[in-house]
Amino acid sequence: MAAPRDGRPVIALRRVVKTYAVGTVEVHALRGVSLTVERGDFVAIMGASGSGKSTLMNIIGCLDVPTRGQFFLDGIDVRTLDEAQLSRIRNRKIGFVFQSFNLIPRTTALANVELPLLYAGVGARERRARAEAALTVVGIADRSSHFPNELSGGQQQRVAVARAIVMNPALVLADEPTGNLDTVTSHEIMGAFGRLNAGGRTIVLITHEEEIAAFAKRVVRLRDGLVVEDRRRVPLDALPPQLEPRPAVAVGDGAS
Amino acid sequence: MRPLDTIVIAWRGATANKLRSALTILGVLIGVSAVIILLAVGNGSSLAVQARIRNLGTNTITVLSRGRFGRGPATTGTQSQSASLTLQSVQALSDPNQAPDVASVSPVVSTSQTVAIGAASTETSVVGTTPAYLTAEDYALAAGSPITTQDVTNRRRVALIGQTVLSNLFASGQNPLGQTILIGSASFQIVGVLAQKGASGITNQDDVVIAPYTAVQDELTGESSTFSQLLVQAKSTAALDNAAAEVEDILAAENHTTVANLPFAIINQGTLISTAQSTSSTFTTLLGAVAAISLLVGGIGVMNIMLVTVTERTREIGIRKAVGAPKPAILAQFLFEAVLLSLIGGGAGVLVGYIGTHFKIQGVTPVIAGYSIPLAFGIAIAVGVFFGLYPANRAASLRPIDALRYE
Repeated sequence: MAAPRDGRPVIALRRVVKTYAVGTVEVHALRGVSLTVERGDFVAIMGASGSGKSTLMNIIGCLDVPTRGQFFLDGIDVRTLDEAQLSRIRNRKIGFVFQSFNLIPRTTALANVELPLLYAGVGARERRARAEAALTVVGIADRSSHFPNELSGGQQQRVAVARAIVMNPALVLADEPTGNLDTVTSHEIMGAFGRLNAGGRTIVLITHEEEIAAFAKRVVRLRDGLVVEDRRRVPLDALPPQLEPRPAVAVGDGAS
Repeated sequence: MRPLDTIVIAWRGATANKLRSALTILGVLIGVSAVIILLAVGNGSSLAVQARIRNLGTNTITVLSRGRFGRGPATTGTQSQSASLTLQSVQALSDPNQAPDVASVSPVVSTSQTVAIGAASTETSVVGTTPAYLTAEDYALAAGSPITTQDVTNRRRVALIGQTVLSNLFASGQNPLGQTILIGSASFQIVGVLAQKGASGITNQDDVVIAPYTAVQDELTGESSTFSQLLVQAKSTAALDNAAAEVEDILAAENHTTVANLPFAIINQGTLISTAQSTSSTFTTLLGAVAAISLLVGGIGVMNIMLVTVTERTREIGIRKAVGAPKPAILAQFLFEAVLLSLIGGGAGVLVGYIGTHFKIQGVTPVIAGYSIPLAFGIAIAVGVFFGLYPANRAASLRPIDALRYE
């Protein structure tokens, strides 16, 4: 079960600063964040709105570049990459899961999962096989020919998770993945993430809910663009918490 | 990203909003079919005019004595004229040394007469001429034999009748050959029937009786020295202008005057055709320009819809970019979508244009100009590329982070 270890961290942030200009006002979204995430870890990044967690997620996801500081993704210095290379990194190294699912409408679940494979230039037959395999992993293979509007929120998010893992990325990046889901469905989705992590995948989860963060092995708190807490809840090579039969009073456990 | 996959995605995008795509396609369709139909109308009317002029004869130059325009009876006095068309003129023009580009010269005396047989009678024009006239004017025989040089020399009262005269004088199935008809007060024997020729402008070329000019002068016009008109045939279309110049020079020398003061009207068929051609090409260009504007409007429709589509699908573009779509892939997707719309519109427009040209429009039978189909289709695709490029580029340039945040 232990994640493969080659010593190279999946994420290495070195004093990352990000400032935006909103009109004439400079907004300091990140004020010098340093963070290292090892392969096989399951990290929850927490913080109130305005804490800079979304900015951090955009930088980690190569959707945005830091103003200052360094960011190595799987050993690659992202700042040196051009737009085409960033597209390639997003395609190969990162799997995104969004709060609002972000499936392409009027496109079947299967076709949505095939999307990253399409841009990677994988042939139709292999695309289909790999997408079906990914849908099976998240337990929704029977819905592969449904359109997003025919699926429940939980089902849509499972499809999104399948899409995130289909390219076998180094990192699965989830931004408030349970924000639009009810408690039971949220726990199902978090269970799915837990199993993926147990299978060796590195997961970075952004959330503001303690209950959701409780599924992660490590919790990082941001406040005003700085890391204020970095706490490991279970060892890197252990199973993620709550993957074992869930204790009756798991909610809020360890979060104080 | 494989090209085929891009086409599939573009197709899905275009079919996602069927009504909107259909209306966009309709815009291109109308533009393309308008180009094809209007150019075909222009082309058709130009060909019709040329055919009418050709009907006047092959490579002919008509010399009219002034004041004798049209078909007025030759009996009205022309004695006041200082110059007239005579047999000498005919001989001079027929001289291969003086006029090497002239193939034949036919003197013409024409008169309007009542032609009758038994109780049946009809008013028609009688042309007195020589056998060469038939060749120059493209008359063919439906039955019988043509008038001959001997007929002319021997002043024989023989006649060829046109189809209109035939049907006016004879019941169908009746054999007119060998019958004697009364032209004015003189009797002529029918030796041949002319084949159908059709109308040339307002003149019905089948409503005619052709006889040797000698007999017509003897019996009908009374003049024995002058002709109302000379029909000169050039050796070829290329020789037409040279022949016309030779005719002018010879007639000017004969009448001791200059070409500019020549008392005759010389109508060169080649000039008529080229004038008609330039007129109708102006007309066709005008029609084509109108059609091109409608095609342009169709293209703007494509751009408008693609801009709306890009705005509407900003989030989709964001998702695609987040999962690794590079800029060229997004560009290709939306460009293909625009081209797809214009391609379908162009194809349907060619079809509609092709069908549309099978109907008479304002009395003109459209004739598809060969170049118009590839031209219209090509322009439609170019319009799709041109007007699709801006929206596609806009889509491709969106920052994924902004596109994903777009509501």
